[in-house]
Amino acid sequence: MAVRARRSSKRSSLQLRENVLAYTLLSPSLILFGVFLFYPLLKSVYLSLHSTDPAGRIAAYVGFDNYTALFASGQFLDGIRVTALFALLTVPTGMLLALVLAALTQHRLRGKRLFQFAFSLPMVLSVGSAAVIWKFLFHPTLGMLNYMLGLAGLPPVAWLVNPDSALLSVSLMTVWMNLGFNYIILSSGLQGISEEIYESARMDGAGAITVFRKITLPLLSPTLFFVLVVSIIGAFQAFGQINILTSGGPMNSTNVFVYSIYREAFVNFRFGTGSAQALMLFLVIMILTLIQFKWVEKKVHYQ
Amino acid sequence: MIRSRTAQMLLYAGLTLAALLVLYPVVYSLFMAVMSPAEASAYPPSIVPHSFHPENFREVFNMIPVATFIGNTFLVSAIVMAGQLVTASLAAYAFAQMNFKGKPLIFSLFVATMMVPWEVTMIPNYLTVRGLDWLDTYQGLTVPFLATAFGTFLLRQFFLQLPKELFEAARIDGCGHIRYFLFHMLPLSRPALGTLAVYSFLNMYNSYLWPLLITNSKPMRTVQIGISMLEFQESTSWNLVFAGITLAILPSLLLLVFGLKQLVRGMAAGALKG
Repeated sequence: MAVRARRSSKRSSLQLRENVLAYTLLSPSLILFGVFLFYPLLKSVYLSLHSTDPAGRIAAYVGFDNYTALFASGQFLDGIRVTALFALLTVPTGMLLALVLAALTQHRLRGKRLFQFAFSLPMVLSVGSAAVIWKFLFHPTLGMLNYMLGLAGLPPVAWLVNPDSALLSVSLMTVWMNLGFNYIILSSGLQGISEEIYESARMDGAGAITVFRKITLPLLSPTLFFVLVVSIIGAFQAFGQINILTSGGPMNSTNVFVYSIYREAFVNFRFGTGSAQALMLFLVIMILTLIQFKWVEKKVHYQ
Repeated sequence: MIRSRTAQMLLYAGLTLAALLVLYPVVYSLFMAVMSPAEASAYPPSIVPHSFHPENFREVFNMIPVATFIGNTFLVSAIVMAGQLVTASLAAYAFAQMNFKGKPLIFSLFVATMMVPWEVTMIPNYLTVRGLDWLDTYQGLTVPFLATAFGTFLLRQFFLQLPKELFEAARIDGCGHIRYFLFHMLPLSRPALGTLAVYSFLNMYNSYLWPLLITNSKPMRTVQIGISMLEFQESTSWNLVFAGITLAILPSLLLLVFGLKQLVRGMAAGALKG
């Protein structure tokens, strides 16, 4: 009896020490998340129900006025529309391009490393530098893009200045910028498919396109799914290229969600409506993620 | 695979064309960086430079404190990288190797943080940082990013893959958690730590919105903000803007040359198993 009691008390003191140590190890992360993530989330909700003065101090409780104003002014719907269009222009093209390039550079190939380097390159350029470079490529008279169009006998395009083409131009730059990441992820996904499966398919006499459709695509679907989720969320978080290339203009045609939050809070100093908008962004991203996991993942084939 | 010669040729032609298109914006900046001011703003634009003016780089240093910008960005990225490695590896160890009260709950709390877009906390964080008087300081730039849920996951997955027998053997030799973590687990996890290091460094080096919000003075600007401000200066000629851009992207290009393999391997691990 005494022995067992002592043993169990020893065990519980050991368990206590393990608990203390574990929480000590977790505490740096937990404290930082608490201060810079959980607390701000609650504060966002609080701010969104209040109006603030330009210094960010609470002026009055306004209930859901910030939200109703957002819907009434059409700001929210416009933001959603522009952002959804932006996602539609960038995500499928970006994925398709990266997939084709990754599939073509998958096999033994002379100069493979050089191609890999080229296709991953945009990933390491920051949005700050990349957007400035593209701003000059898009320049209406001196820019290289219009010069090339001229050489091909085509009329110049008012890339960033025309409300009809501005979002398209920003999307073009974004597809280029995201290519590196998508390419890297998809090529490493392709690397994970074993060579034997291909070999046996080839022995059965399957052509390249059949192999790609019947073997590569299904086996790559988890990776494709991951890239899809990340790209859509990324499109909803786009900011840098918009700020540098168009500042949301012309005529709000590129006023995506995050840019509009930024303008509301840090240009107009309306922290309350800014927070309301930020929470709507949270909601939208959450819904999108859930939809993707619910429906799309069913079609994903896990090995 | 046996392919016909023409198919092979077509493949190379297509890939080369694609590579040229992808590389072009970067090559264009390198070209512009060494042109004379007249050539850089001439019409029609030169596809390759006809003049060579390496002194553009010196001039850019005189015009804006590029060295300070790059130095700042390096310092900030290094602090965040080191901080994330420490906080993430500690937390990952607790999740992978220890049993403690409330583990499932805290773990799902970590999972949940990955779902929150950073922009949602941006406004309150800005107000917090301003309240602490941290605007225009290194603390303000780095402290909010010192913990990472993604990094914790990446490392936890890696820690879990290490053989269990190792821990038991170390245990029998009288090795406690801390010693096991420091002298066995960390050295074995160098690949995963390296991936997280490259990833967090690049992320911070390239971040734009947060530094834009909280830095005002020239000596505190990061290079991303500094570069995008270059183009707003009226009198600046393009060749100098591009000399600045070239200096700013050079470190990341070098990182890609040396770290591509590490990055690919680690990102794949994070993407496919995380």
